[in-house]
Amino acid sequence: MLDIQKIRADFPILSREVNGQPLIYFDNAATSQKPQQVIDAITEYYTRYNANIHRGVHALSQEATDLFEAAREKARVFFNIPKAKQVIFTSGNTHSINAVAHGAHVFVNKGDELIVSSVEHHSNIVPWQMLCERVGAHLKVIPVLENGTLDMDAYKKILNDKTAFVVVNHISNALGVTNPVKDIIKEAKKYGAMTLIDGAQSCGHMKLDMQELDADFYTMAGHKMCGPTGIGILYGKEDALNQLPPYQGGGEMIDQVTFEKTTYAGLPHKFEAGTPNIAGGIALGAAIDYLNELGMDNIAAYEHELLEYGTEAIKKIPGAKIYGEVTDKAAVISFNVSSLHPYDIGTIVDKLGVAVRTGHHCAQPVMDRFGIPGTIRASFAFYNTKDEIDVMVQALHRAVNMLS
Amino acid sequence: MPDIKDIQEEIVEEFSMFDDWMQRYEYMIDLGKSLPLINEELKTNDRLIKGCQSKVWVDATLEDDQIVFTADSDAIITKGIIAILIRAWSGQPPAAVVAADTSFIDEIGLKEHLSPTRANGLVSMIKQLKMYAVAYQTQLN
Repeated sequence: MLDIQKIRADFPILSREVNGQPLIYFDNAATSQKPQQVIDAITEYYTRYNANIHRGVHALSQEATDLFEAAREKARVFFNIPKAKQVIFTSGNTHSINAVAHGAHVFVNKGDELIVSSVEHHSNIVPWQMLCERVGAHLKVIPVLENGTLDMDAYKKILNDKTAFVVVNHISNALGVTNPVKDIIKEAKKYGAMTLIDGAQSCGHMKLDMQELDADFYTMAGHKMCGPTGIGILYGKEDALNQLPPYQGGGEMIDQVTFEKTTYAGLPHKFEAGTPNIAGGIALGAAIDYLNELGMDNIAAYEHELLEYGTEAIKKIPGAKIYGEVTDKAAVISFNVSSLHPYDIGTIVDKLGVAVRTGHHCAQPVMDRFGIPGTIRASFAFYNTKDEIDVMVQALHRAVNMLS
Repeated sequence: MPDIKDIQEEIVEEFSMFDDWMQRYEYMIDLGKSLPLINEELKTNDRLIKGCQSKVWVDATLEDDQIVFTADSDAIITKGIIAILIRAWSGQPPAAVVAADTSFIDEIGLKEHLSPTRANGLVSMIKQLKMYAVAYQTQLN
């Protein structure tokens, strides 16, 4: 059991006011808030350890390097990744996806097919479209069913010998529905296709085991798991990462440089050109410590409780319609009320101190599928409470009254 | 016809009667109901203002050397915002619209909508109305 009041005290931002009202932060799918421990890790790094890593022989550089590599090790253990060198630090989830898509021409040939799902956000669509254009491959799309789950029968039909890559998010950011990624990966493997799972929405909300999941690549966003912005992770199988060419050239990623030929460094440095986000990496390590202390299973159980409570409460609002109402989902409720525009409702509830996201959530194809301009999205984290959900529901009622 | 400055002052005065945001928003929503609506067939992509979470279409015509705006939006608050702008600027000489000051938006307590990052795109709306005005002003000269 989590002591939510004690947890809330760790998050300084939760005690501030917005528009004269206590902040209720339900935009966790966009970014999570940061506990003091993470904020302290950033301050401490710049106060005591700031130096460039992996280069200096001096003590400070050594200490900074050790801290950064310790964070990599924490991530390795947290996601059950075989070797620390398979944890590539990136600037974020989008960077992680692009790093793979950029070099994926080694896996995808002209005339091949690439499969994405129709519940992807733009950053897991556009890099693959760019790849397809570059190599002359074709993009196929797994349709989504009315309840927000992927049409697995259709997926199996699209798969064929030409399928070279399958990319799907673990949890849809727009609907919160958890996709059956294990099955998706298993099916893809039957055709020898590579797989990338976008874990932006899963990494801070459920226990992840890279070895059990068996994807070739998996991407994570540090800032969605209580870490700072500007740091993310790309996980890859060792073979896959070795085959993938580097995304950026520069310092740190090289073995030998001459004007005739440069040879690249080994993993993970091959993908970490330039000075990395050292403070971000170390603070992400602190975030992982924090999540570990609470326990990912406890977090998932409590967030599910909030999801159920919130779902019931929202359903009681006359005219409310939830998109993606299934049992296997993250604590994300995407909904509309009658024909009211989500933007109108979002504006009013913001005035009442409730931060929700409105719009298409950077996932226009999903909205098109349901024929709506967007939704209101309330996404919960383990530091939220049922009382806060009650306040949101009251705010929604006030908004609906004003607008109808 | 009173000039833009007079109308803007009048709007500011109306809004000053309310002492909380809720009443201001309710009034704005009311004003949205009196918005001179754009013809349905003119709701085309080229009249759609980019940069808004909600859809906003604006059209402008020149009548007796005055610029006349019509608009619509699929969101009620956005409709109120564009209605305020149009009430102040429609039926005025294009040059006056080009020169119009927008600080009255701030004064009526809608300052937060003026931020360029704000998703409703009030800044885009202002820009679009002024673009129409610049075009007609050029035509008149």
